[in-house]
Amino acid sequence: MKSPQVITANALLEGDAIWLTEDDRWTRDMAEAELIEHEAHGAIRMLFAQSQPSVAVGVYLADAKPGANGPEPTHFRETFRTRGPSNYAHGKQVELS
Amino acid sequence: MYSYNDFDEAFVRERVAQFSAQVERRIDGSLTEDEFKPLRLMNGLYLQLHAYMLRVAVPYGTLSAPQMRQLAYIADTWDKGYGHFTTRQNIQYNWPELKDVPAMLSALADVGMHAIQTSGNTIRNVTADQFAGAAADEIEDPRPVAELLRQWSTDHPEFQFLPRKFKIAVTGSSTDRAVTKAHDIGLRMVRNDAGEPGFEVIIGGGLGRTPMVGKIVRDFLPKADLLPYCEAIVSVYNVLGRRDNKYKARIKITVHENGLDVMRDKIEAAFAEKKAQFDGVDQEMLAEIEQHFAAPAFKTADTSGYEAARLANPAFRSWTDTNLAAHRADGYSIVSISIKKHGATPGDATSDQMGVMADLAEKYGHGELRISHEQNVILPHVHQSDLHAVYSALRAADLATANIGLISDIIACPGMDYCALATARSIPVAQEIAERFDELKLEHEVGPLKIKISGCINACGHHHVGHIGILGLDRAGVESYQITLGGSGMEDATIGERAGRGFSADEIVPAIERLVLGYLDLRHDADETFLEAYRRLGAAPFKAVLYPSDAKADAA
Ligand code: SF4
Repeated sequence: MKSPQVITANALLEGDAIWLTEDDRWTRDMAEAELIEHEAHGAIRMLFAQSQPSVAVGVYLADAKPGANGPEPTHFRETFRTRGPSNYAHGKQVELS
Repeated sequence: MYSYNDFDEAFVRERVAQFSAQVERRIDGSLTEDEFKPLRLMNGLYLQLHAYMLRVAVPYGTLSAPQMRQLAYIADTWDKGYGHFTTRQNIQYNWPELKDVPAMLSALADVGMHAIQTSGNTIRNVTADQFAGAAADEIEDPRPVAELLRQWSTDHPEFQFLPRKFKIAVTGSSTDRAVTKAHDIGLRMVRNDAGEPGFEVIIGGGLGRTPMVGKIVRDFLPKADLLPYCEAIVSVYNVLGRRDNKYKARIKITVHENGLDVMRDKIEAAFAEKKAQFDGVDQEMLAEIEQHFAAPAFKTADTSGYEAARLANPAFRSWTDTNLAAHRADGYSIVSISIKKHGATPGDATSDQMGVMADLAEKYGHGELRISHEQNVILPHVHQSDLHAVYSALRAADLATANIGLISDIIACPGMDYCALATARSIPVAQEIAERFDELKLEHEVGPLKIKISGCINACGHHHVGHIGILGLDRAGVESYQITLGGSGMEDATIGERAGRGFSADEIVPAIERLVLGYLDLRHDADETFLEAYRRLGAAPFKAVLYPSDAKADAA
């Protein structure tokens, strides 16, 4: 696997970004996500994530890197998903703090 | 204005009831996302980067004051207190929760609105000239025809599964304010030699991945033949259009691959058949619809107060210079309310602002409002004696920016701040350009200039037809902005040419500044617009100011 990854999706009810944790929860804080280092393990975790259609919509694997507090995004699109839009203080940048 | 008859009302209510049940079944797990997604899209509900997004149709951009007030109420009740007006004359809510959407649709139905066919491979919301029914240069109000097209296309059983989405724009004036040449079908009203009004019919225009200027398939179509002719076009496309490749499925590719002559022959043949089947019901319906669009009772009043206020108040004068357009009735003006305050998000209005605009429409504007594809709001009928009062109220609501048609009146799609398809952001680029030119105090000197920004190749921000177009791309994991030059969305429609390599997010605003300052040096005189100078001089001198180090390297 080129880069470690996290499993992410949108929440069915609220529509916002969520990430899968090691203990099978969905979190709104990417730092709590499970960082997946091996492809085979990623495939198993994807199967689990996709089996939760009443929580998670549009499940996918996104590249990530280890950071001081947990996984961090490597691509700007994923960074925006942890934050919210840049034109207003809406979304996770205010909801999580 | 058109108001729903019993049939429209029952249809929309039934759809709300159906969708409410579908949402319930999705939430309780009896519908999978694969089953639910097409259903939600049919009702205008998208899932974006940070939330769901509800796209509400504003047919041909026309709203009544109570409708605008209801849009404000919806924004306050189920969203974050604002809405985003789009280049398709729609309004989008960026933050609804799934469980609330049926209630939002029901609130829309209360004022005769809906979100049907704002998605999917159907005939989408018909767009029209935002000055329809008011413009001095208009032949006829195009909205009755747009409404007829809406009724005909809504839930039309033959056209629910077209090869791809299908967009129609109509203008009642030979000045094209509806970008008709960038639509699947464009209808531009013209007169024939006998002086009768009819349409120049354009097909196969479109932006996106493969931008094309539409081609004239019929110079003059009598008004009475409009519906059978449009039905002929769509049915030919429905059969010929490619379904094997999403990127080749729009009618612009069908026209390109089959050639205009083949298309015309097939359309004319289909038209001959269709016309025989149309027994005049469409014309009866049109006559009935036309009554809803009767001009308001224009008043006469003394306008000397207006002239005096202009002389006395330079800020008011500047606003009247940029934000008014010529009205067909004596003593009236068309007011464009700029939703492009410097540094604000293009097209975003707060619920309070929507309320103020609704009140002004009621008090001074014969109850009418319009949304323009340039993401502004129009009061189409304001008497000049009321302009100062309108201006003062707009000022108090932070809506009096005097920049219509100027460099800060930028079209920008939502880009990667909201849109799941985006490859880069567009809103911050628009904000920074507008703020920069406001700081330089140059925008009035620069004059008419249309900048249009899209956050991906889908081109919702119409960048190809901007005098200066900006396309946001993802280049190896970094936002990168590509400039196109010399586009136009008017009757002289032109696809802009790519200027050269892209600019980073930090470089794009300085690049635009170099380009515009360069134009000030290059132009003949203050009357030569950016587009005229570009057409006269070609791309080379503009590229030289955009890429100064290349120019130096060439000279060395
Ligand atoms: S142009 Fe692209 S980024 Fe912008 S709104 Fe359209 S699809 Fe989204």
